[in-house]
Amino acid sequence: MGNSDSFVKFDNIDKSYDGKVLVVKGLNLDIAEGEFVTMLGPSGSGKTTCLMMLAGFETPTNGEIYLDSNPISNIPPHKRGIGMVFQNYALFPHMTVYENLAFPLRVRKIPKDEANKKIDKALSMVSLQGFESRMPMQLSGGQQQRVAVARALVFDPQVVLMDEPLGALDKNLREQMQYEIKHIHESIGVTVVYVTHDQSEALTMSNRIAVFNDGKVQQLSRPDQLYEEPVNSFVAEFIGESNTFVGEVIEITKDKCKVKLNTGAEIFANPITVKSKGEKTTVSLRPERALINPSSKMENNHKGKIEEVIYHGDHTRIRLDLLGNKQFILKIPNSSSNMDIKLGNTINVGWNSKDSRALDSK
Amino acid sequence: MSTEKILSSDGLPLEVSLRKAERRNKIKALLLVAPLFFFILIIYVFPIGEMLFRSIDDRKITGMLPKTFKTMENWDAKELPGEPVYAALYEDLSYLKETKTYGKIIARLNYEKSGFSSLIKKTVRKINKFEEGNYKEQFIEVHKKWGQMAYMGALKRAAPKWTFAKYLKGVDLKYDPEGEIVQVPEDRRIHKILWMRTLNVALWVTIFCFVLAYPIAHLLATLPMKYSNLLMICVLLPFWTSLLVRTSSWMVLLQQQGPINDLIVMLGIASDDNRPELMYNVIGTFVAMTQILLPFMVLPIYSVMKTISPSLMRAGKSLGGTPLVAFYKVYFPLTVPGIGAGCLLVFILSIGYYITPALVGGASGTLISNTIAYHMKSSLDWAFASALGAMLLIGVLTVYWIYNKLVGIDNIKLG
Ligand SMILES: Nc1ncnc2c1ncn2[C@@H]1O[C@H](COP(=O)(O)OP(=O)(O)OP(=O)(O)O)[C@@H](O)[C@H]1O
Ligand SMILES: [Mg+2]
Repeated sequence: MGNSDSFVKFDNIDKSYDGKVLVVKGLNLDIAEGEFVTMLGPSGSGKTTCLMMLAGFETPTNGEIYLDSNPISNIPPHKRGIGMVFQNYALFPHMTVYENLAFPLRVRKIPKDEANKKIDKALSMVSLQGFESRMPMQLSGGQQQRVAVARALVFDPQVVLMDEPLGALDKNLREQMQYEIKHIHESIGVTVVYVTHDQSEALTMSNRIAVFNDGKVQQLSRPDQLYEEPVNSFVAEFIGESNTFVGEVIEITKDKCKVKLNTGAEIFANPITVKSKGEKTTVSLRPERALINPSSKMENNHKGKIEEVIYHGDHTRIRLDLLGNKQFILKIPNSSSNMDIKLGNTINVGWNSKDSRALDSK
Repeated sequence: MSTEKILSSDGLPLEVSLRKAERRNKIKALLLVAPLFFFILIIYVFPIGEMLFRSIDDRKITGMLPKTFKTMENWDAKELPGEPVYAALYEDLSYLKETKTYGKIIARLNYEKSGFSSLIKKTVRKINKFEEGNYKEQFIEVHKKWGQMAYMGALKRAAPKWTFAKYLKGVDLKYDPEGEIVQVPEDRRIHKILWMRTLNVALWVTIFCFVLAYPIAHLLATLPMKYSNLLMICVLLPFWTSLLVRTSSWMVLLQQQGPINDLIVMLGIASDDNRPELMYNVIGTFVAMTQILLPFMVLPIYSVMKTISPSLMRAGKSLGGTPLVAFYKVYFPLTVPGIGAGCLLVFILSIGYYITPALVGGASGTLISNTIAYHMKSSLDWAFASALGAMLLIGVLTVYWIYNKLVGIDNIKLG
């Protein structure tokens, strides 16, 4: 095995379909062996395109993709040995489940009894034993999905690509399948490149997440880092919720800066991308990091007026008008000791400067 | 399940009130389909029934010699019939002479056995001189053929109201004087050749159409919109041009001094004074019919290919199949319903094709439909034309049946 830090490597990849627009721009991405990496991003950000280039159905306009340190641009798709789960499953409708799974083994001329063993194993992995003779049409959406996963794994590929494999399933089934796919990944240790635009799916399943926007990887890091420490304002807003303030840096030290908002108010923040005084910045704060009527003295402490109260079962969301931001969201757990949360009341809100991250301005 | 009657809120059983509520809709639906139903009845069921009927109808002669045939019912046709038959024949012929309608039976009887023409004419001329009684002798006196089993037997065979003689003729068979089914003489066996040629042409035209249509349909289904639209227009263009124009343009192209022959000579495949005959033979029929029927193959295949997701081929390749394997294991089987529909359509259409073989087929390229037309328009043997038509229909139904057995008719997809 080659360099285990970059089993799959996208090296400065550009892709354009029409010669006018770059759909993928200078993409660099290293995926280690056995890793579960998710490409997450809004629609049209180039995720599928990247997957297709890796699978060999599209050629990069520029740059090279390496698989196990070997460049693969001249290898046709059928020789890459990459399993793929398509968004609409792409099961062969004229073949039974057994024949679908046998297809990759048959073209590899694997002897029949060995093939049968592999098929049994793959089907038991997705708990579908006994369905061998069904046609895909006779399966439910979730079952078809499992067959697709089993088929992509049955020939022991080095890498499995999954393009929004759970997109068509309902919420419960999706969560169950997320768990199963994760489980399969852990038990056989295959490298998985997964595409989704559902962030909770990405956060729960992946070792690392690559956030795509506009043909570029905005951030590649562990799920918790991605959520807690977004490196730019796109990631901060795309992952989870965040309250933002737009302003200008007026004082800066190594781990603290003072930002003057457009309304004139001043807040303390944690400088992430800003380097110098006078820079424009977007300050991002997770809703759960702001507290109501903080007991201890916090660096940021401001009064806001309650504009809306939304009951969410286990917690309540409150929309405030705070420092000129009318969309400031607070999440408070529903406990019996509820304060004076009533429409129109003014409350005190505080947070630490290290939780409000001063990022690039949009 | 409880068997109790469920009542709706107005106290009626649920079933009754449901039927009541649905009745209006049912009547509406019936009224909507009624025009189509009558239309089909009038332009389809009725003419075909009429054709089938005409092909076996033989009542004209039955009506003209009623008494003769009645008395012949008890005759076993082993030896010459007795006096009553001849007496009845005398009565019938006298009546025909009186009404001057005996000409009509001559053709029919002559078809059964040649020689009847002179026999009837001579007899009718002398029938006034017959005396009462002993008709048998008098008949034989007028013409000795009346005393021959061949003629009397032929007369009896003309008696039934229905006959399959036309169908036998359609496959070069006939009744011999003894009433056995035998082949017609070798030099008159033309229909079998025609049938074989028709089947042959239909088969090859279907094969050619398939070979040409499959790639076109594939292109149509996979090219980007702006090219595929253009290609679609090219495929459909022939539909918007008159059939006659298309056939005659093939005549222009295929004639001996035409551009295709020019090209062949130019390429040195044939010398100028030995130009190949491309028209007025089976080649012309193949070429022109293939071109004309091509859209009927392209469209069903295209409509099936259109529904095949491109990700299936990709799946095939990503699972390790070479493009060729992915094609014949994944793509091709999925197009079979379209191929079936297209082949069935083209085969059935070409089996009964008329205008093109008539124009470019010449003598060696005419098909069964041209023979039908000939009997409709020239020989005026409508019964025979109907019999051939009915046989064609049976042939088509057989093809359909075989297809259904092999592929299953539910697998057909026309769009
Ligand atoms: N075959 C193609 N020809 C031309 N443009 C294409 C083609 N496929 C994709 N694109 C364009 O490339 C861009 C990226 O598409 P891509 O399918 O990679 O997005 P995606 O991130 O997978 O989006 P989604 O989440 O909606 O699947 C889009 O703007 C799309 O319009
Ligand atoms: Mg996509």
